Amino acid sequence: MTYTQLAVLAVLIAIVLDLYVFKTKLLRRRVFWVSYSIVVFFQLVTNGILTGFGIVEYDGAAIIGSTTPQDEPPTFIGDGRLIYAPIEDLLFGFSLVVLSLIIWIWLGKKGIQREPMAGPPRKSVHRLLGIK
Amino acid sequence: MSKFAYLSVLLGCLVGTAWLEFFLRTKVYRRAVRLILTIFPVVVVFSIWDAYAIAQGHWTFDPRYVTGITTVANIPLDEILFFIVIPICAILSFEAVRSARNWEAGDEETK
Repeated sequence: MTYTQLAVLAVLIAIVLDLYVFKTKLLRRRVFWVSYSIVVFFQLVTNGILTGFGIVEYDGAAIIGSTTPQDEPPTFIGDGRLIYAPIEDLLFGFSLVVLSLIIWIWLGKKGIQREPMAGPPRKSVHRLLGIK
Repeated sequence: MSKFAYLSVLLGCLVGTAWLEFFLRTKVYRRAVRLILTIFPVVVVFSIWDAYAIAQGHWTFDPRYVTGITTVANIPLDEILFFIVIPICAILSFEAVRSARNWEAGDEETK
């Protein structure tokens, strides 16, 4: 299978695991989508470094875009890439993050270190977070 | 840029999220057992994917920028650490949003 196919499959598996197998239903929660938005922003930054500098290189046969060129960065946006990284990486990252959170929440539901629960934020960051 | 380029990116991720544990009291590192139990299966599943992708040549690593230490099935140590660091960062972000907004996350009620 190509990376494209595997990445789509991984997203579908993550969705099924969340909604129907572990029933964590993260994908229906605001807390997930807000935190995922933050994570995906930083994913684009760090993945841009890994792929833009050619630390990790891709084979054009496995992705929508073309092979990472030798000794020059790949396309910044376009050719199946977003900030140097193949768009498949977004699906890979999504499934990695969702699977991690599914297991984390599932363990909590089972009573494994459910506590201490997160929060409250320290007073010093209340303004930063927009808390009155 | 050096053999530690990949590792430096991972270190950046850990350092960049560490403040959440203190200032938003995410209590993720404090729940170490739960964290380790979460990460272990993730590392296993994604290492299998990684091993397949490496064997098929889907992606390769520039030897100038990785440690050169490989683990099972030709997976660079750097990659294994990626599968540990990224889940930690994701869980910290998730618990930080929950801390800041008090939104329901699904593990509140006792089973």
